[in-house]
Amino acid sequence: MRTPVAYFLLLSAILFSLGTASVLLRRNALRIFMGVELQLNAVNLTLVAFSRMHMELDGQILAFFSMVVAAAEVVVGLAIIVAVFRRTSTTDVDRASVLRG
Amino acid sequence: MPLDNVVFWVFAPLSVATAIGMIVVRNAVHAALFLVVNFFTIAVMYLLLDAPFLFAVQIVVYAGAIMVLFLFVIMLLGVDRGDAPGERLLGQRTTAVILAVAIVAELATAIRAGIGFTTRAPGGFDAVNPGGNPSALADVLFRDYFFPFEVTSILLIVAAVAAMVLALRRSKSLSQREIETHAGDDLEAYGLAAPGAPGTVGEPSR
Repeated sequence: MRTPVAYFLLLSAILFSLGTASVLLRRNALRIFMGVELQLNAVNLTLVAFSRMHMELDGQILAFFSMVVAAAEVVVGLAIIVAVFRRTSTTDVDRASVLRG
Repeated sequence: MPLDNVVFWVFAPLSVATAIGMIVVRNAVHAALFLVVNFFTIAVMYLLLDAPFLFAVQIVVYAGAIMVLFLFVIMLLGVDRGDAPGERLLGQRTTAVILAVAIVAELATAIRAGIGFTTRAPGGFDAVNPGGNPSALADVLFRDYFFPFEVTSILLIVAAVAAMVLALRRSKSLSQREIETHAGDDLEAYGLAAPGAPGTVGEPSR
């Protein structure tokens, strides 16, 4: 493989920071959630890149687990967003300012 | 220029561009579509990193299942529900951009100090993958990571049940209204316990 591993890590760093920017800039809960997904993917890319560099499969396994946990997280997170929307009729995270259900 | 370098330099800028597009575009559906393209480019990166199984899983799980779920919820809650204009906190946008750039700079410094920008992965990754990548992954997963695998299955079941509990809330209070109007009827016909029974109370109807 000719592409240096650091390039993948740099790409992952850029994607992670863009995901962070999305979380910080957006106020729609769904958009924030997309930013979190982007961050998770960036970290997965790091795991796979290091797995390739160290010639071990454990990094790929960890990325695999991370995907499964991300799937579970999306299911619960979207259900929470829908529940909050039913209660407050908004997905703006600034408006949903009470913890009371 | 070797082929994988070409593929990297085609898809890495595409990946960054779609991520930026996801942030700046106003419509939530467009953002979700940008994110799908971004997931595809990350899948290509997995292919470059000799992880064909994760390439397939990335496309099936992320670009397929998760993004369909996202689009479904976006459509359910209303497409044109954009962000409210203006900043709620003074200087939030500039601070966020500065912070994002700082993260990239910090991570780049860490990568440079850690492995350097020119380290190439050693060849011969096929030796780590006897019988192909999925088969080798299955070997590791079901031997060394068997217990975490089982815990993950429990996690998925719990998540599914949690989603159902969160989603059933309204129909539950609807059933309670039904119980009140049909107070004299046979409650068994609705498959519900009496309103005083544990498990049905404590959730006030709206």
